[in-house]
Amino acid sequence: MLYKSVNESFNEFIVERKDTTCIRCKVCVRQCAYDVHRYIESEDCLTEDHTLCIGCRRCSALCPTGAISIHLNQEAFKKNESWSTAHIRNVYAQADSGGILLAAMGNPAKYPIYWDHLLLDASQVTNPSIDPLREPMELRTYLGKKPDNIEVVYDKTTGKPSLKTKLTPQLKLEYPFIFSAMSYGALNLNCHRAMAAAAEELGTIYNTGEGGLHKDLYRYGKNVIVQVASGRFGVSEQYLNAGVGIEIKIGQGAKPGIGGHLPGEKVDDQISETRMIPFGSDAISPAPHHDIYSIEDLRQLIYALKEATNYTKPVSVKIAAVHHIAAIASGVARAGADIITIDGFRGGTGAAPQVIRDNVGIPMELALAAVDSRLRDEGIRNQVSIVVGGGVRSSGDAIKAIALGADAINMGTSTLLAMGCTLCQRCYTGKCPWGITTNNPYLAKRVNPELAAEKLVNLVHAWGHEMKEILGGMGLNALESLRGNRYKLRAVGLSEKDMYLLGVMPAGE
Amino acid sequence: MKRIYSIEDACIGCHLCEIGCITEHSLSKDPVKAFMHEKERPISRCTVEELNGGITSLSTTCRHCDEPDCLQACISGAIQKDSEGVVRLDREQCVGCWSCVMACPYGAIQRNLASKKANKCDLCPDRETPACVDACPNRALVYREGSQK
Repeated sequence: MLYKSVNESFNEFIVERKDTTCIRCKVCVRQCAYDVHRYIESEDCLTEDHTLCIGCRRCSALCPTGAISIHLNQEAFKKNESWSTAHIRNVYAQADSGGILLAAMGNPAKYPIYWDHLLLDASQVTNPSIDPLREPMELRTYLGKKPDNIEVVYDKTTGKPSLKTKLTPQLKLEYPFIFSAMSYGALNLNCHRAMAAAAEELGTIYNTGEGGLHKDLYRYGKNVIVQVASGRFGVSEQYLNAGVGIEIKIGQGAKPGIGGHLPGEKVDDQISETRMIPFGSDAISPAPHHDIYSIEDLRQLIYALKEATNYTKPVSVKIAAVHHIAAIASGVARAGADIITIDGFRGGTGAAPQVIRDNVGIPMELALAAVDSRLRDEGIRNQVSIVVGGGVRSSGDAIKAIALGADAINMGTSTLLAMGCTLCQRCYTGKCPWGITTNNPYLAKRVNPELAAEKLVNLVHAWGHEMKEILGGMGLNALESLRGNRYKLRAVGLSEKDMYLLGVMPAGE
Repeated sequence: MKRIYSIEDACIGCHLCEIGCITEHSLSKDPVKAFMHEKERPISRCTVEELNGGITSLSTTCRHCDEPDCLQACISGAIQKDSEGVVRLDREQCVGCWSCVMACPYGAIQRNLASKKANKCDLCPDRETPACVDACPNRALVYREGSQK
């Protein structure tokens, strides 16, 4: 195309507009954040630049007459089993730019998804199933260190029992779901308002991510877990005490071993105040915590945070699922963490080198099974709760994760989807057409916090209902009875070794 | 009475409220026919006002005031308040003097130059919720009980 490089001309999407139904209202022109659509006044018609389209589908969703549809460009390179279109396109892009390719969201590549090879059990004849609409069903979850044993004493006069053992602080969740750590800066304030309000209504938790907690959101403290990452953005005594828990972020599933970089252009006055950094300056999170080079160092930070909050808040340590995850998790547990958060390679990010996102880390399903088994073998499973994230797409996946040993689920991508995301994976451009991963005030308005909070509440309610139905079908009346109960899972189409690692039997056995 | 309220923070400047309004007040109530085929395209009763390149925007529409200035100003008796409090314009009686247009403090009355009649919101009598409210994708327009302000 004229004035376009050859590479740009191999566009990924085609914008198709039906001229007979286009009413020239120009909604597409106003809504496209990438300037794909253009109105030509002299001809009274609209035209489009396919090379700029990112396939977010904002225009087709808002077109009042359904005149627009977005298609994958079917124009193809010669078929090649080795060199896929994506490989070819990436080489062209790098030959043009000489730089690292950026990407966003979780690993989209064709690796096995273990959820799709696991099946759940149900009651038949020999044990009764339970109807969750007629009988109580418990999803309430407590996260934190559980004692090795408990001592109960009875009141001599009334005979009533009471707990003598002093429990360490716990996070109480009415649903086993947490809105996972997505920082203020990566997401805008409207999204954070929505997540905080939804968490409050649901009686669950929203994780601030590494960008601090905006002053308007301190009032949601009972439903907030504050994160401390390698950049230490927005960390103060007040911040640490603002929520009900603290999370130390070591790694992220989408980019294990890699730090973060919020470009200065995205640091507006509110973000600068919340992160406690100068206006317009780049917010760089180093790859490692420079005060943590060992488990002993991690222990120091865990206890420094516990001291700072007077031992009133459980401390979580978030690690990416990598090769020696079980040994690392054991070390984290012994370092004094109350919760271990495992982020699998399908976990999302606002920006990561594509080569890292697509090639580093391991599936959360295997990591979870390995960690749960290891901690049990070492007799320290009760010392930590396990929260997992990265690739939970439905209540079915979530309940399989619980059966594999998870205590709660981090909802990241699903949270974004509920708020309007269409997974176009261009978060790193700061031009999110759905108003989520952008701080441009014109675009950020597209997330109405009230509407987004309602959708999040609806989603968690829906998943909660489904989980209750599944539990009832298995004859269980509490999620606690399923936790780590891998006997309720069976595998189809997995190798012996996979099944051994997951600790599940094949279907039919 | 129920009124339309515009939520400035949630308005994304898409102008779909205007498209909904035009469609509802067309002969066919079909957007393609209303915009492309009908002889006379209605004028939208709501107008999206934009400032700072769209960073600030909101849809303005008739407040259906308790004591409407437009009604006071109307020289032909075309503007009346009905029993429910809705301020209505009778097109037959309107003489196109634009007194109401000048009197409205909200700029919510439009001039239809083709028909020489004033044009104002009627809260969509054929619908349960006005078209603009239903067309808004971000709940920047809400229809609820409340005072005019």
